[in-house]
Amino acid sequence: MRLVDVVAGYDHRPALENIDLEIAAGSLVAIFGPNGGGKSTLIKLIADLIQPWSGSVEVLGEPAGRAAQRIAYVPQAELVDWSFPVSVWDVAMMGRYPRLGPWRRPGPADRDAVAAALERVGMGKLRSSQIGSLSGGQRRRAFLARAIAAEPDLYLLDEPVTGVDVTTQEDLMALLASETSGGRTAIATTHDLAAAAEHFSTVVALNQRVIAVGPSSLILDPDVLSRTYGGHLLVLGNQAVVMDDAHHHDSASGGEQHFHERPERR
Amino acid sequence: MLTPVTEPLGYDFFLRALLASAIVGVVCAVIGSYMVLRGLAFMGDALAHSAFPGVVVAYLLKGPFYLGAAAAAVATAVAIGWVTRRGNLRGDTAIGVLFAGMFALGVFLFSLIPNYVGDLFGFLFGEVLGIGLADLLALVGLSLAVLAVVAILWKELLYTTFDPLGAAASGLPVAALDYLLLALIAVTIVVSLQAVGIILVVAMLVTPAATAQLLTRSFGRLLAVAVTIGVIAPVVGLYASYWLNAASGATIVLVETALFLVVLLLRLQIGRRNEAPEPAT
Repeated sequence: MRLVDVVAGYDHRPALENIDLEIAAGSLVAIFGPNGGGKSTLIKLIADLIQPWSGSVEVLGEPAGRAAQRIAYVPQAELVDWSFPVSVWDVAMMGRYPRLGPWRRPGPADRDAVAAALERVGMGKLRSSQIGSLSGGQRRRAFLARAIAAEPDLYLLDEPVTGVDVTTQEDLMALLASETSGGRTAIATTHDLAAAAEHFSTVVALNQRVIAVGPSSLILDPDVLSRTYGGHLLVLGNQAVVMDDAHHHDSASGGEQHFHERPERR
Repeated sequence: MLTPVTEPLGYDFFLRALLASAIVGVVCAVIGSYMVLRGLAFMGDALAHSAFPGVVVAYLLKGPFYLGAAAAAVATAVAIGWVTRRGNLRGDTAIGVLFAGMFALGVFLFSLIPNYVGDLFGFLFGEVLGIGLADLLALVGLSLAVLAVVAILWKELLYTTFDPLGAAASGLPVAALDYLLLALIAVTIVVSLQAVGIILVVAMLVTPAATAQLLTRSFGRLLAVAVTIGVIAPVVGLYASYWLNAASGATIVLVETALFLVVLLLRLQIGRRNEAPEPAT
């Protein structure tokens, strides 16, 4: 997967500038950075959901969009209508629709693939449940089952571990790790620096530009962090916590102090 | 004993009306299920109203009404999309402006016609008892075409309705499917005009699916329940209108609305009973 000198945005405001990025097949990649830093935009570029203003995007060896049937995209949980009348099984089966094409109805091979995907994410027993009745973690599992059932070469996941319990987080990451060890590629955005450091092989620090690309130990580099987050860091002991993040409420409030790290202090 | 049921069946016009409104009920229920899930109820009402100038122009030119209605509805759908994007307005604002404008154009043209035009009133409120054999055949043909398209593309339409981003990323032509659904809505409205009329057709589209949504959490069952209501309500409504000598389109819609309210109240009642009474603390 390769992006060359890409600029992209919405309306007239650029969200990403001068993006040069190359990701090898078989990587398990986390994209992290502040809100508004362009994480979702980058994922959408790769998924061909938006077109770059300039530059080129190549995915799975072809121009973006050409290899769409080999891509599985999992949207942010907030973008899903959870009251929609579909069951876990229905959602996972949607992963099979693109390869089926019009006319054809799901057959035994599709049902087997969906059943296997649901077992792998631990949702076999809940297959008949309407998606709105599930917990946050179970909802994530259902969508990952849809992605697995599609048998893609590239997983694109927008905030897969946000707002889910620790067990689910561990299970999802173990699944992605096993998928990528088989040669598939997975790219996820995340707010969760701890999860990114622990579970991903490669990380991309993104704030309108690519700040850094490398092994997950980059996340522990205070220089990379401050250049990525522009100084909104809360330091508790030896742990850095990002403060400009509306979704990040892991730590209990009350009594803690935070300070803005200024670049000139270093 | 059965005469209240069998007597009207002796008239050809009643049989034609029964068949026409039941078919309209089915097509509306199917398309309406997708509309309700996509939040397109207001869009449906708008397309129906905007068909009116097309009907009037077709009447003036002595052409087939469904061509005029379809052309006006499709043109409005395209214009709504264009105004929303170019004017940077919310979708419902663009719909509000354009549908009222188109309907006003229809009323304006209508008022310029010097002599009495009862036929055109039929398109506003529906006059299924007056449907002729040729119109019935056209209605059956167009309905089958709409149902055939849905039969071929039901799962693609479902996926793009549920998760447009996921569907687009996996290669489904989401924009094309969106336009196709709008076109299907427009054709469905045209098919329904004689049965229930421009002003009431949105109820035929939305109410059965809305009632079904109260009863089930599965898409397959939602379709099945909506279609069942879509068949039964016109039959009951048509008989009621025959015996009460009331307007047929309005009676059919009232049957559907009454059914919706009964289901809603029952559901609220059951919901209240299921809530275990909390002991006071």
